[in-house]
Amino acid sequence: MYRHWLEFEKPVEELEKKIDELRAFEASGNARSSEDIAKLEKKTKALLKDLYGKLTPQQITQVARHPYRPYTLDYVQNVFEDFIELHGDRTFRDDPAITGGLARLDGAPVVVLGHQKGRNTKEKVFRNFGMPNPEGYRKAKRLFELAERFSLPLFTFIDTPGAYPGVGAEERGQSEAIAANLMAMSRLKVPVIATVIGEGGSGGALAIGVADRVNMMEFSTYSVISPEGCAAILWKDGSKADLAAKALKIDAGELLKLGVIDKVVKEPVGGAHRDPAAAFKNLKSAILPQLKELKELDAASLVEARYRKYRSMGFFTEPRK
Amino acid sequence: MIWFKKDLFTDGEEGKSVKVPFGLWVKCDHCGEIIYKKEAERNLDVCPKCNYHFRISARARIEITFDEGTFREFDQSMEPVDALEFRDVKKYKDRIKAAQRETGLKDAMITGEGLIGGEKAAAAVFEFSYMGGSMGSVVGEKIARAVESAIESRSGVVIFSSSGGARMQESILSLMQMAKTSAALAKLREAGLPYISVLTDPTMGGVSASFAMLGDVIIAEPRALIGFAGPRVIAETIRQKLPEGFQRSEYLLEHGIIDMIVERKLMKETLSKLLSMLMR
Repeated sequence: MYRHWLEFEKPVEELEKKIDELRAFEASGNARSSEDIAKLEKKTKALLKDLYGKLTPQQITQVARHPYRPYTLDYVQNVFEDFIELHGDRTFRDDPAITGGLARLDGAPVVVLGHQKGRNTKEKVFRNFGMPNPEGYRKAKRLFELAERFSLPLFTFIDTPGAYPGVGAEERGQSEAIAANLMAMSRLKVPVIATVIGEGGSGGALAIGVADRVNMMEFSTYSVISPEGCAAILWKDGSKADLAAKALKIDAGELLKLGVIDKVVKEPVGGAHRDPAAAFKNLKSAILPQLKELKELDAASLVEARYRKYRSMGFFTEPRK
Repeated sequence: MIWFKKDLFTDGEEGKSVKVPFGLWVKCDHCGEIIYKKEAERNLDVCPKCNYHFRISARARIEITFDEGTFREFDQSMEPVDALEFRDVKKYKDRIKAAQRETGLKDAMITGEGLIGGEKAAAAVFEFSYMGGSMGSVVGEKIARAVESAIESRSGVVIFSSSGGARMQESILSLMQMAKTSAALAKLREAGLPYISVLTDPTMGGVSASFAMLGDVIIAEPRALIGFAGPRVIAETIRQKLPEGFQRSEYLLEHGIIDMIVERKLMKETLSKLLSMLMR
């Protein structure tokens, strides 16, 4: 079993290693140790519950970036059926940092798309660490339009450190590609449900995130800038990321309070990577009722409600009015 | 633009010092030429020697764009709120106070409506000297209201951008202003009304990646820095030297990102012509 422990998970690392050892021992036909395993598992679970119950924003950032966290294709393949991937922006190239296509949700056809990260070095480079170029956003826009043409609900999955900061990206209009998506999503005549499954990195995240319902997996983040980037600019010290993470209010609970997201989807004890099947199940039971609700609205009311939703975001005051 | 902060500017020629009162001279950031301030102002804050376009205040921009006495400001009293109680090395509240004191504005944006060469238009103008023209809730709200007012009164919209991007101190709420403003412009487009986006130095980040790039026509002033990611971030990411002129207006024109580059002295005339041709 692949394991990777985060800095703050040190206390469970030993326990989980021991469990793996006992399992391997048992599997090789040696003495039965089920009872010991059960006892250790119970202890681990309690410890994880405690640890994950009081994560700091910077620790949540680490969980959101965990190398074994489920990615877009994991959700697509486990929450939906019959996924058919569609490629390319029809202009320049296919951007593997965004994946998408047609699928079925409980039998009914839908369009799915999201940022895609890679697991190993080769895949990570291929997926550009989940950082899209303009052609990725243009592929997404093509899929938005496909969804609208065929009256299919749209599901997006957000998991990116941000749009790629590169020379080619700028030359091909990174800003325009993102802006065009914001505009297009705001007027789509089909239900749009977005879920932040890992990192919601700024404009690169929002470019597929203007939706009727925005969900966040419990240990994911959504922010205007990474804590490291914010610390480097405002504190002039990248190592102050923990302070920046706290100040930015990047976790699901805070964002729900601010009205920026609509729902926090529970993750299994110790994070989605410890029990992906439970995470898939939780997400599916969150999006099914949302879709049902949205399907009851006609296109005009749906678009108007989405407009009102974004129109009302932000805080200001008008003293003499 | 660097304004001389010293009380006296001395010309050391032949050991005799000629005293020049404070603020009479400015130095061009681009060619280094020392220019008589009055002369620069007469030239719309453009360097007479190298044609470098200095950043100008929102008020100055309105003055050179709108027909005299026609501009009516919207939402003048709207002020930012520190909803997140954000604090970095300074409190956001204190940064707001300092910026308000320095600029005399409540936030980094003036909106309103008036006539540009006889053409009716709603406008939104950034004040770069207010926290780098960063976009928070007030900027987003003012733009959205100006756009909605244009739909109501059937007029075009002109936005002059000059911004470092989203305002970090309002965190995710500033990101959401990108969606808010783009959604408002989508409605304007459906209403068949024109939007002209004018990019001035600098137009970056979340401002560039939302309304600034959504113009029916996109105009830039000469040599303005325009882009999504900052040049330093890109250089650090790719670990290479950036191409000559990268992210400048001329480079963007060449790469098909903008429609045209228009000098400040021709801007009003150009806007007026475009509006008259696009208004139905």
